Amino acid sequence: MSAALPSAVGPLARAAAGGGPGGPGHPVIPDFGAPSGCVAHDATFCTDWFTAHWTNLFWPALVQHVELTLVAVVIGFVIALAAAVLGHFQAWFAAPVSAVSSFLYTVPPLALFQLLVPATGFSVLTVEVALVAYSLYLLFTTILTGLREVPQDAVRAARGMGLTRWQILFKVEIPLAVPAIVSGLRVTTVMTIGTVAIAAYVIDEGLGSLILKALQSPFNTQFIGAGGLAVVLALAADGLLVLGGRLLTPWAHARRTA
Amino acid sequence: MSQETTEPRSPAGAHGSPAAGPAGAREPAEAQEIVFDRVVKNYPGAGAPAVDELSLTVPAGEICVLLGPSGSGKTTALMMVNRLTEPTGGDIRIGGRSIRDMDRIELRRSIGYVIQQVGLFPHLSIADNVATVPKVLGWDRGRTKQRVAELLDLVGLPVAEYGRRYPAQLSGGQQQRVGIARALAADPPVMLMDEPFGALDPITRERVQDEFLALHERIRKTVIFVSHDIDEAVKMGTRIAVLREGGHLAQYDTPQALLKEPADEFVARFVGADRGLKRLTLIRLADLELSAPGAEAQEAEPHGARTLPSLPGDASLRSALSLMIADGTGALRVTGPDGRVLGTVTLDAVRKAGAA
Repeated sequence: MSAALPSAVGPLARAAAGGGPGGPGHPVIPDFGAPSGCVAHDATFCTDWFTAHWTNLFWPALVQHVELTLVAVVIGFVIALAAAVLGHFQAWFAAPVSAVSSFLYTVPPLALFQLLVPATGFSVLTVEVALVAYSLYLLFTTILTGLREVPQDAVRAARGMGLTRWQILFKVEIPLAVPAIVSGLRVTTVMTIGTVAIAAYVIDEGLGSLILKALQSPFNTQFIGAGGLAVVLALAADGLLVLGGRLLTPWAHARRTA
Repeated sequence: MSQETTEPRSPAGAHGSPAAGPAGAREPAEAQEIVFDRVVKNYPGAGAPAVDELSLTVPAGEICVLLGPSGSGKTTALMMVNRLTEPTGGDIRIGGRSIRDMDRIELRRSIGYVIQQVGLFPHLSIADNVATVPKVLGWDRGRTKQRVAELLDLVGLPVAEYGRRYPAQLSGGQQQRVGIARALAADPPVMLMDEPFGALDPITRERVQDEFLALHERIRKTVIFVSHDIDEAVKMGTRIAVLREGGHLAQYDTPQALLKEPADEFVARFVGADRGLKRLTLIRLADLELSAPGAEAQEAEPHGARTLPSLPGDASLRSALSLMIADGTGALRVTGPDGRVLGTVTLDAVRKAGAA
């Protein structure tokens, strides 16, 4: 059952095992195999080890990282959008939401995880609740600002033409707030990707978990690989959002032909 | 409806039978009379009312200019018609129906609304901007598309060339033409225009004003037009309502009557000391009885430099007077559309017509 060693036992053990198959007939002492020269010399970054452990280590962690981020940003976006629309319709609503969300935003992530664990345990739920709480402030503020900065001429014209309040919201205000909404999503997504890494203190998921475990060992490849992946993920997510934003707002980039 | 109306610009008769609308269109909606009946608007906290007991009737198909300085309540009066502001007292009736009895959204959809800042939707193409009201009214695609093409043609921005552009890709004058097309989309019997040409440069403004007047002769709508510019009011209005601060109606008259006999000191000052000249803009040379062209004037045609200056018949008396002063002559020749001399006009005739 040596192959069933959970990855949580430690990257070193797995690393040393070299992914070798276990099973009956194998010695009780795991076969560590022959480490590559790079690993043996404890180099800063071993590409061969990174690629060898892509499928069993890095890829699953990356997918978990993306999932944790996506769930948090989507839920946070829905809540923030609803709150921003309410705050846009009823100005008095904006101040308390802003106060609560900015307070949540100031709590250090580790402290917030710590506070939540007694209630929701060492669970994905704890992590998502905290991530959503962090996302609210930036999303709410940018969406509300976007809605408020829609040109008032367009809104007045829409009112005068007989569009209902909701038609003005969906046909005029939200489309015109898209650039602001996208910029809020970009900052929030990048920030959430960073915060998910800290969630490794609560759950054994995501790139943060690889980093956390690697911190305890002198072997740097896992640490650098996972950290690098988090950076690449953040950049990729940011780029995708920029691209999506541009596709949604062809009008903002139309050339003057006149 | 137009029995007592003097139509300064349009040829007699153009009023009675609205020219058929855009090519192939359905019968355009019948223009409707708008009545302000002792309308009051008080803003909470403000001492004096913004509009005070305003009563006036805009006959169907006419352009009524609400003219006044800032603070005279002209925009407030306009916005009460489509209930962007609710009147505090009194009533407004469109085609006999009180606006209070109508659903606010439906009321607005039946009224064209044009504002100075145009307010085009920057994220929608020109065609989609114009299609806004037809879409919320649930017209089918074919009908909407046809209507958009018709309207953009009407304002001189063919859909094939301009339909897919965004507002930011048009000039200010073009944007306001789209604004007018958009306001006309659902063929409303009534249009409200809030200083629609105020943001345009003088040359563009003049052109768009002329275009709108030509358009109005084709599509007969009752128009309420807010302006603070007496020249614009005289040019655009079949009637002018002069408002003074606090939303009091100082005078409501045709441009001619307003310029000839201002009701009081305020109106006289507002229309300006040069109101005599402004009156001359309302009369065209062709409206005067011309004296027969002097034989020698016609003979001298090939070497016309030394003969009397000439102007086309649709030029205003103001232009004629200006030309006579500039040339130091006491008369000029009036030419027809084909360039033939129709007759001569003397300084004296201009003076008499201006005083009439």
